[in-house]
Amino acid sequence: MSTVVDIVLFTLLAATALALLKVRNLFAVVMLAGIYSLLSAGLFTVMDAVDVAFTEAAVGAGISTVLFLAALALAGHHENKPGHTPLLPMIVVVVTGGVLVYGTMDMPGFGDPDNPVHHHVADHYLEESPHEIDIPNVVTAVLASYRGYDTMGETTVVFAAAVGVMLLLSGARRARSRGSASQGGDPAEGAGKGGGG
Amino acid sequence: MREEIIVRVGAKFLTPFIIMFALYVHFHGDYSPGGGFQAGVILAAAFALLALVYGVEEVQRVLPLWFAKMCAGLGVLIYAGVGVVTMLLGHNYLGYDALAHGTHGQHYGIMLVELGVLVTVFGVMVTVFYLFAGRGRREP
Repeated sequence: MSTVVDIVLFTLLAATALALLKVRNLFAVVMLAGIYSLLSAGLFTVMDAVDVAFTEAAVGAGISTVLFLAALALAGHHENKPGHTPLLPMIVVVVTGGVLVYGTMDMPGFGDPDNPVHHHVADHYLEESPHEIDIPNVVTAVLASYRGYDTMGETTVVFAAAVGVMLLLSGARRARSRGSASQGGDPAEGAGKGGGG
Repeated sequence: MREEIIVRVGAKFLTPFIIMFALYVHFHGDYSPGGGFQAGVILAAAFALLALVYGVEEVQRVLPLWFAKMCAGLGVLIYAGVGVVTMLLGHNYLGYDALAHGTHGQHYGIMLVELGVLVTVFGVMVTVFYLFAGRGRREP
């Protein structure tokens, strides 16, 4: 049963990815990207990684779709044709993909319980967290307690990202409002206004 | 979208449930999938939904931009502050055992730092959404 679900999800995932490449209407692209995230979330659920699936569904399919839509309202709905031939990007993608596939050949079997990654600290987390932390969701225990420093770093990164967006977007808005107040002042402001629209 | 009565009523009807679900995801994160990060995103989604239907200005009367910005910083402060408190109590930085006896300290610590994550993620998502959605409009 799980195999059938896997095959269906992966087929839909590949179809969505191909459609994403072909479609030029950006509204459709945003929707397809959301569908892609939702299908990925389904795959994570099949792999029993429900915490990851939850995050993917909430962030990838939910809030980032909304943010993209908000960005589309500024950028317009149609993607321009690229000004270069697709040959060089194609070569880069094929070579990189080939190297990545070649790299997987040395990796241990997928889902093998004897993989090194499952026996570094994971044993300790699984066996001792009922005594040391005493909460049923081991993912939360690892995230917030064993790896508390990492999560603090992640929170800081999220904050830093927002500071970056604030600096970029609110600065541009100030230039625009000044430009519109002076009704086409000097050329630099006019250029900033055109770029913003 | 602002004239569609079904969308308007539907959004208004759903918002409290979305906020409640976000709080459930946070406070139940010890027992089920989820935690501060997901809860923050869901909480921000509730306000994004309202802003999409009623307009950004209307939502900013309830949740102003300065508040969202403040949340973004406050969450990091809560998280780092828990570490400072555990140090003042004589344990390691983020050593939650200092907060209470037995494993209760871990429970409190995890809940507090996840609260920090929730507040930051909520603030960041709302701030970014406001900045994107409000940018196309001209200021009066």
